[in-house]
Amino acid sequence: MPSYSTNEFKAGLKIIIDNDPYNVIENEMVKPGKGQAFNRVKMRNLKTGRVIERTFKSGDKVEGADVTDVEMQYLYNDGESWHFMDQASFEQYMAGKEIMEESAHWLKGEETCVVTLWNGQPLVVTPPNFVILEITETDPGVRGDTSGGGGKPATLETGAVVRVPLFVGTGEKIKVDTRSGEYVARA
Amino acid sequence: MPNEIAWQPTASLSMLRQRADMLAAIRRFFAARDVLEVDTPAMSHAGVADLNIHSFKTRYRNEIDCYLHTSPEFPMKRLLAAGAGSIYQICKVFRDDEQGRWHNPEFTMLEWYRPGFDHNDLMNELDLLLQDVLGTVAAERLTYQDAFLTYAGCDPFTASSEALQRCSESHGVVVAGSDMRTALTDVWLDLLMSHVVGPALGRQRPTFIYDYPPSQAALARVRKGAAPRAERFELYFAGVELANGFHELTDASEQRARFVVDQSQRRAVGLSVPPFDEHLLAALNHGLPPCAGVALGIDRLLMLKSGVQAIGEVIAFPFERA
Repeated sequence: MPSYSTNEFKAGLKIIIDNDPYNVIENEMVKPGKGQAFNRVKMRNLKTGRVIERTFKSGDKVEGADVTDVEMQYLYNDGESWHFMDQASFEQYMAGKEIMEESAHWLKGEETCVVTLWNGQPLVVTPPNFVILEITETDPGVRGDTSGGGGKPATLETGAVVRVPLFVGTGEKIKVDTRSGEYVARA
Repeated sequence: MPNEIAWQPTASLSMLRQRADMLAAIRRFFAARDVLEVDTPAMSHAGVADLNIHSFKTRYRNEIDCYLHTSPEFPMKRLLAAGAGSIYQICKVFRDDEQGRWHNPEFTMLEWYRPGFDHNDLMNELDLLLQDVLGTVAAERLTYQDAFLTYAGCDPFTASSEALQRCSESHGVVVAGSDMRTALTDVWLDLLMSHVVGPALGRQRPTFIYDYPPSQAALARVRKGAAPRAERFELYFAGVELANGFHELTDASEQRARFVVDQSQRRAVGLSVPPFDEHLLAALNHGLPPCAGVALGIDRLLMLKSGVQAIGEVIAFPFERA
């Protein structure tokens, strides 16, 4: 991978810090008029999601991280791993429990996900922004309530639990925003 | 077709009016004190030698190397040597590789010189200017050493690089990258000043920091003695560095020696080495009257006056739209 000078750091650049891949969020130049210039960089650890701040001497070079986002189809879960296929190359990839922690409960199969690869291995799996899933269990609602206020928990076919309006019942399909985990509409 | 090119000014028109009013107030301040407004070249055959300030280079007729000034200091000192008396200038200056929330590669500087003043006298006058233009209360003064002891909890004159690194970390400033592993003491001091001490300064009232380490003298006199100090000051307000001043070095051979050291430092880290200003050295040889001088960033002054957070809000067209 090429190296990048701190002056080239901008939001979205992927770099290696302490052997972990990071995504640059913000880069602020701090410079005393007569003194050394620094770059104060906010960045997210792509493995843990944690945001940290580090200061570099301006002009210092840092190794880039070989991180790419690839669209892949979710195939199946074998009990241990989740299997994906690159729709362009037909190459298959496996992602373990840790990686799937945030996304597994939105996937039932065949969805197109964005799989972030680091050195060719899945690092993060991002489900589609919206998924349509069936409600497998929720309390019977109150008829006539269409306001959407209040709401109740509903368990979906993938195991995810979301709050839905009272008028939505078991067996219905709903559209959910996976970024916020919120109900959007009946599908 | 929608026009995708952002041609509009980034500063509001009322801000540009405030800017004009502020410049008028500054000119009134100096007119009332009989300080002469001057105008010196923005383009010179010589560049700045400072390790941490980078001149833009251009060429005349594609034959002769020229440099845009990073401050009007050298030609203004030549005017002082020619007997001009007290002078000031408001001009655009240019610094390569400086862009950010508080930086634009070209910015407006107010610089003035007072023959017969030392740094203490000039701090007094700058304080009055601030009271006049920003409506501040009288400024406080802290030595560089006391500022570090108070706000960072370490002594800039005795702490090792390792101790300064621990001190930064205790304030949540963590460094990364290979260059910081070999950084010199002055780099750690700059880190603490810009990340920890500076942001804490000038919160109640403007704060002058004075008596710098001799290694950071730049063009200031160094007061000899058991504890030598550079007669340099900076002004901070609301955590922002606003001005830098010197009880000016007048000794031509000392000035030449500092230029040579600056150049060798630039060469050592692979930076370009522009020729230094022989006109200035000739003027110092002729004789610069004892004086103090200070440079103040007008854009930042307006940012603080109007309470905005980005330099683009006080400049009609910042670099990305220039």
